[in-house]
Amino acid sequence: MSSHYEAPIRKPLVLGDKSYHDVTVDVARPVEGRANKQWWIVFSIALIAFLWGVGCVAYTVSTGIGTWGSNKTVGWAWDITNFVWWVGIGHAGTLISAVLLLFRQKWRMAINRSAEAMTIFSVCQAGMFPVFHMGRPWLAFWVLPMPNQFGSLWVNFNSPLLWDVFAISTYLSVSLVFWWTGLLPDFAMLRDRAISPFTKRVYSILSFGWSGRAKDWQRFEEVSLVLAGLATPLVLSVHTIVSFDFATSVIPGWHTTILPPYFVAGAIFSGFAMVNTLLIIMRKVSGLEDYITIQHIELMNIIVMITGSIVGVAYITELVIAWYSGVEYEQYAFLNRATGPYWWSYWLMMTCNVISPQVMWFKKIRTSIMASFIISLVVNVGMWFERFVIIVTSLHRDYLPSSWTMFSPTFVDAGFYIGTIGFFFVLFLLYARSFPVIAQAEVKTILKSSGDNFKRARENGNHSHNH
Amino acid sequence: MYTFSNKLKTFSFLLIILGVIGIAYGFLTAPKTVQDVELILAEQHHDGHGSHDEAHVTTDSHAVGDSHAEVAAHDEAHQKHLEHVLHQLQNKPWAAVYVAAIFFMFIALGIFTFNQIQYAASAGWSPVLFRVMEALSAYLLPGSIIFFILLVASSMHLNHMFVWMADGVTDPTSPNYDFIIAGKAAYLNIPFFLIRAVIFLAGWNIFRMLSRKNSIALDETGDLTYYKKNFKLAATYLVFFIVSESIMSWDWIMSIDAHWYSTLFGWYVFASFFVSGITVIALATIYLKSQGYLDFVNKSHIHDLAKFMFGISIFWTYLWFSQFMLMWYANIPEEVTYYIFRIKEYNLPFFGMLVLNFLLPVLLLINTDFKRLSWIIVMTGICILVGHYLDFYNMIMPGTVGASWYIGVTEIGAILLFAGLFIYFGFKALAKTPLLVKNNPMVEESKHFHY
Repeated sequence: MSSHYEAPIRKPLVLGDKSYHDVTVDVARPVEGRANKQWWIVFSIALIAFLWGVGCVAYTVSTGIGTWGSNKTVGWAWDITNFVWWVGIGHAGTLISAVLLLFRQKWRMAINRSAEAMTIFSVCQAGMFPVFHMGRPWLAFWVLPMPNQFGSLWVNFNSPLLWDVFAISTYLSVSLVFWWTGLLPDFAMLRDRAISPFTKRVYSILSFGWSGRAKDWQRFEEVSLVLAGLATPLVLSVHTIVSFDFATSVIPGWHTTILPPYFVAGAIFSGFAMVNTLLIIMRKVSGLEDYITIQHIELMNIIVMITGSIVGVAYITELVIAWYSGVEYEQYAFLNRATGPYWWSYWLMMTCNVISPQVMWFKKIRTSIMASFIISLVVNVGMWFERFVIIVTSLHRDYLPSSWTMFSPTFVDAGFYIGTIGFFFVLFLLYARSFPVIAQAEVKTILKSSGDNFKRARENGNHSHNH
Repeated sequence: MYTFSNKLKTFSFLLIILGVIGIAYGFLTAPKTVQDVELILAEQHHDGHGSHDEAHVTTDSHAVGDSHAEVAAHDEAHQKHLEHVLHQLQNKPWAAVYVAAIFFMFIALGIFTFNQIQYAASAGWSPVLFRVMEALSAYLLPGSIIFFILLVASSMHLNHMFVWMADGVTDPTSPNYDFIIAGKAAYLNIPFFLIRAVIFLAGWNIFRMLSRKNSIALDETGDLTYYKKNFKLAATYLVFFIVSESIMSWDWIMSIDAHWYSTLFGWYVFASFFVSGITVIALATIYLKSQGYLDFVNKSHIHDLAKFMFGISIFWTYLWFSQFMLMWYANIPEEVTYYIFRIKEYNLPFFGMLVLNFLLPVLLLINTDFKRLSWIIVMTGICILVGHYLDFYNMIMPGTVGASWYIGVTEIGAILLFAGLFIYFGFKALAKTPLLVKNNPMVEESKHFHY
């Protein structure tokens, strides 16, 4: 897979003179230690937010969808905004583990585990919105094409909302399998280090009896590659199908062919921003600065910059073509975005998504942890507003002026959203304390080519040895 | 060092000569007057071609009222129809040249873009192929010049390829007035159109020359600043490229169907020529290796190129499907006509290209062992190139020649001409520098590359 030789100008990916054992110890430390007070504080906050969200959902389901701010014109608002936002965030995980694997990017190894965890947890959040935005969520199982007693009443396969069901559920299952497969050697490592019989038992079950034989590794690699090859078209198609929810419609501002690739670019953009947010904190609190280095953050920033530019090109394309089309509805949709009652959300989106990633052209900024952290948050705000702008501003003013209206969310809309953020962090915090957050087995494969000690040794003399 | 073999040189000249003859034949046999068209149509009616009859039926239905007016209206409509067909038939050799010219220029552009992506990504596998990419993209300059001349020819009303260029289209008092096009006149007007073309063509060529210059300077001096310069140049180019590529696709292709628009179009065009460019790199590499020039290129390099051919073919299909499906699904009249016309009148090339551009590459290149076999890659490569030629054919022909299309002497002649030019300029550039870059910090890694 990798060559025997690495160009000297490549910077080391593992710092701090690590040996294989050091990697093991560093990765196992957060799992084997005890949670500190800050962890419990943050966890409690997340849990409270989550429970608040549960209350809001219970209220919605028992009282009716009218507790939300959506109305007869704006039938989709925060529910689908949040759905698309969470799905988008989830995409970076697969991008990092699958696409970067296909492109043989060694730097992915320090971040793929957490990125995949982020995928799974955020797809779980996303998955709740399609169910609870239904008027009758208890009939949600009707979306499945199952033989039944209504003369085998079937679903209509022409709806992108049905494609969503297949896309999201497939995406979640494949991501889960991909993630878990990668975890086997790492769980085995934790199993073999476990002291208490309880943890030994737990990690024995989780690691499926992994013993690390040559044949196992050979198949492991093959499976990873095949899954990466499958996950890449999957990741593109999932967000594409999500974009079809809008693009197949005839609503001005929604019906535009660029949405599929542009939603995917936006998903990578927001997903990488979220990975950056999480990892900047994680490397600090879990003491993993030697693995998640400034170079990793810089490279993620570059991807944010590239995808941000692609999204920017798409925005401008939409604007120009709206004008070029000569369709007054289309033209008005964009005029309304820029100057209508939701102008602030449009300009907030433009500022956050188009301008903020462009500062990454400066090396000083993209190698600054503080700046990266701030911009990663800004990008996620911007990407939330992108979905909000697309959904709400296209709906609240369309063909018939007599149907023009406004939208304002209620506390229940907000409560559900806050609840999903809480739930996400509950899961992520639990994950960070019980899972190996860095794929140690993978990092060990690059230690000798990309560890700073090994690189230094190579440069000091035994160059010929490597050829 | 590569020497441009006399055999290949002769072959490229042969292609050029055959091509010129084919094109000349096309121009000489194109009808000059309405009478010629009437004759051609009369012949076609005897042969039983249906599409023109349909046009007559629709014009007939317009003529209601007293018989005198009916006859007059019918005559006028018939005359208009003849003129329309005349323009299409006169466009045919022009469009044949245009499709081939844009296709081969885009291949050079795709190769250069791939080269720049390799720089910007600090790729460790591809530096051994840089010289092949640099040389083959040398066709960009002559290709751009020829293409620009074609644009100028259209602007000078030597043909009717761009309907929005016709006289009186934006003039409300003219019988030619088209209010939709008039609404776009701020963008679609000849001076601005040509200025944009100059900026884009010049921009790409300047970037290419600078990159090539730095690459040679790095060879000669070993000064790493040239490498860094090229890295920065690549990043700047890619920004320029994504913007210019989108706009040029609207200008040079989308504006042919001036009433139609699609936001995805630019990226779709990109995927089409990008995969063609990569395919040409792979084919040239295999050819040169078979001649014993690229000993440092191993099967893994070929394998990687084949993977790109495979992946980008799927990506192209993804964009094709997205654009097609969204318009088919929403079925909004003003945009769906684009596809209705193509499905009706271009059925075989329209769906045939999906077999060539998607089905065959996916089936042939999914196997790892196959991606290392030269003959499989050559076979698939030919499918991809023919398929993407057809893709551009499908994009350009319906708006210029309408239902009067066929792939005959002129079209094949145009392909031969530009293929000959491409080979001549590409391989001439190849003979100018050593085939392996020197002093590139990644080249050692690339030489040791194994997958």
